[in-house]
Amino acid sequence: MQPFTKVTGVAAPLELANIDTDKIIPARFLRRLREPGYEKLAFHDIRYDADGKDRADFVLNQAPYKSAKILVAGANFGCGSSREAAVYVMWDYGIRSVIAPSFGDIHYGNELQNGMLPVVLPDATCQKLRQQLRDQPGAQITVDLETQTVTGPDGATYRFEIDPSHKERLLKGLDDIGLVMQNIKEIEAFEKKHHAELPWLA
Amino acid sequence: MPQTLFEKIWNRHVIVKRGENEALLHVDRNFVHEGSFHAFGALAAEGRKVRKPRQTFATADHYVPTLNREKGEAAVTDPEMRNMLDLFAKNTRANDITHYYSLEHPQQGIVHVVGPELGITQPGLVITCGDSHTPTHGAFGAYAVGIGASQLKQILATQCLWQKKPKTLRVTVDGALPPGVTAKDIVLAIIAKIGTAGGTSHAVEFAGAAIRALSMEGRLTVCNMATELGARSGMVAPDDTTYTYLAGREFAPKGSHWDKALQFWRSLPTDDGARFDREVTLAAAQLAPMVTWGTSPEEAISINAAVPDPASAGDANKRSHMEQALRYMELTPGTPVDGLKIDRAFIGTCTNGRIEDLRAAAAVLKGRKSLVPAWVSPGSTTVKRQAEAEGLDKIFIAAGFDWRASGCSSCAATNGDTVPAGERCASTSNRNFEGRQGKGARTHLMSPAMVAAAAVTGKLTDVRKLMGIQ
Repeated sequence: MQPFTKVTGVAAPLELANIDTDKIIPARFLRRLREPGYEKLAFHDIRYDADGKDRADFVLNQAPYKSAKILVAGANFGCGSSREAAVYVMWDYGIRSVIAPSFGDIHYGNELQNGMLPVVLPDATCQKLRQQLRDQPGAQITVDLETQTVTGPDGATYRFEIDPSHKERLLKGLDDIGLVMQNIKEIEAFEKKHHAELPWLA
Repeated sequence: MPQTLFEKIWNRHVIVKRGENEALLHVDRNFVHEGSFHAFGALAAEGRKVRKPRQTFATADHYVPTLNREKGEAAVTDPEMRNMLDLFAKNTRANDITHYYSLEHPQQGIVHVVGPELGITQPGLVITCGDSHTPTHGAFGAYAVGIGASQLKQILATQCLWQKKPKTLRVTVDGALPPGVTAKDIVLAIIAKIGTAGGTSHAVEFAGAAIRALSMEGRLTVCNMATELGARSGMVAPDDTTYTYLAGREFAPKGSHWDKALQFWRSLPTDDGARFDREVTLAAAQLAPMVTWGTSPEEAISINAAVPDPASAGDANKRSHMEQALRYMELTPGTPVDGLKIDRAFIGTCTNGRIEDLRAAAAVLKGRKSLVPAWVSPGSTTVKRQAEAEGLDKIFIAAGFDWRASGCSSCAATNGDTVPAGERCASTSNRNFEGRQGKGARTHLMSPAMVAAAAVTGKLTDVRKLMGIQ
């Protein structure tokens, strides 16, 4: 996994609350393999019209926001289906961090597992950032994991909270399997005892 | 110190702790389906194999066709969908997974229907699956969590899961349900009350007299939609209803193991005086059949209510979502939902595809005709056979429903069972997101009996009128 330390880049405002993972990648594309061109599937049905042309009302189709690395979204971002493809399409598009008042639980974990940083900031802060991004299309935001801060287009900084172990894994780009296998002795001892107590599960 | 059901299961499965609040958990049962291909692919790319194939259960559900099933895989005409089924077969074989319910298997079905009905799902277990509706299995008093592909890969490789301990929420539904009101109505009412983020990062226990009175099928419906609360897991304490259901099932403990299991299971229910981080209560007697009007499961109201006005929403996030939902659903505030014309009806899914669901729908359909195209996809091939043994298939067919094979069908709509754009579908599924049943499709969620009532009247209808209750 690629480590995440600090990202500065164009940020795009996504106004809607409850952006579910079906919206990030519709189910009919889930059978596609992750190959070149995968990023074209990101936000497909709100991004293209029925003829496959860019919809002018979708923020990532508007020139200043096209190169966005950061999204500032509404509450409950990534709710719904567990599909990790929602992270893959955003990553392949170039998104490295999503800022929102709250996230769907599984999607939050999926972002972390792929070196993307989900940042939780209060609703009022997210609204303010989105307003600034609308007022100054193409403005940049910095997300710094080490200092746990977001710097807005006006230079104002906001601190965010993240679980210390999530932070460490992202900063170092650690893989969970490696962390698990460090405990193989404990795992085997646990399984032996557990299955002795509940033998029908062995 | 008194403990909750969740805490008892969590504590028993901790292998090691990391920091204050994170643990490496042992996973008792891990389920996989065709959609798990990213995880299998990543596992193989790292040169790893499934560590515990005997604790891994594979069932084909997301990409199986529900029509022409006698043709087997030849019924799948889309090469990408066929590739999903082929990859699944290849991955199970390469990893020695012998509990494999393939397209042709007589016990094939939706993962969250097959696990419970074969007794793979049991009280006190940690259960995982790369599917958000995994909390379904919590109906047995298990801690069941949905995960993404990366965590699934880790579980396949290690049979363990690093997890942050969730907070706890108890939802107590007191009293008795009025006639004609079902488990689906309970859970839609809970979601409407606390919202789709109301349970985020929580393990939710459903308790109270109305929950205790539910069958296992009803409890599975409630826990299934804990997912739509944003919850990590939904659970119901095991009791005699649970044990009676499990006795004799294929993977349930037998003989002396059964006695030992019972002793363990009886120790699980939440102790008196145990504390939850949050508590919510509902009165069952006040509930009515529910339908969703919008594009989030929380946009659910009684069938006797009218489409709400976004102006009434307290918060801006909610208001903007409601405005967008009204546009997508082509609805105006103040319209009574009873009487709203539908174009299609669909019964099935991991929420409501079990035998009791089919019985409830058939009871309404008997002697009546659907006015719209309608179909049933039983939750499993076992459920399908049982329904046929009871003659329910004949009732559905006489009412004009397609009697199809088992799969996720038009819930995830990954197999091509889509609702055409602009059409309004009365559905027993769990999500009414934009485009969920197909691009531009408009979904109204409700119970199986309510879908049957909508089908035979061609519009959303209070099923109690057809049952002679009102």
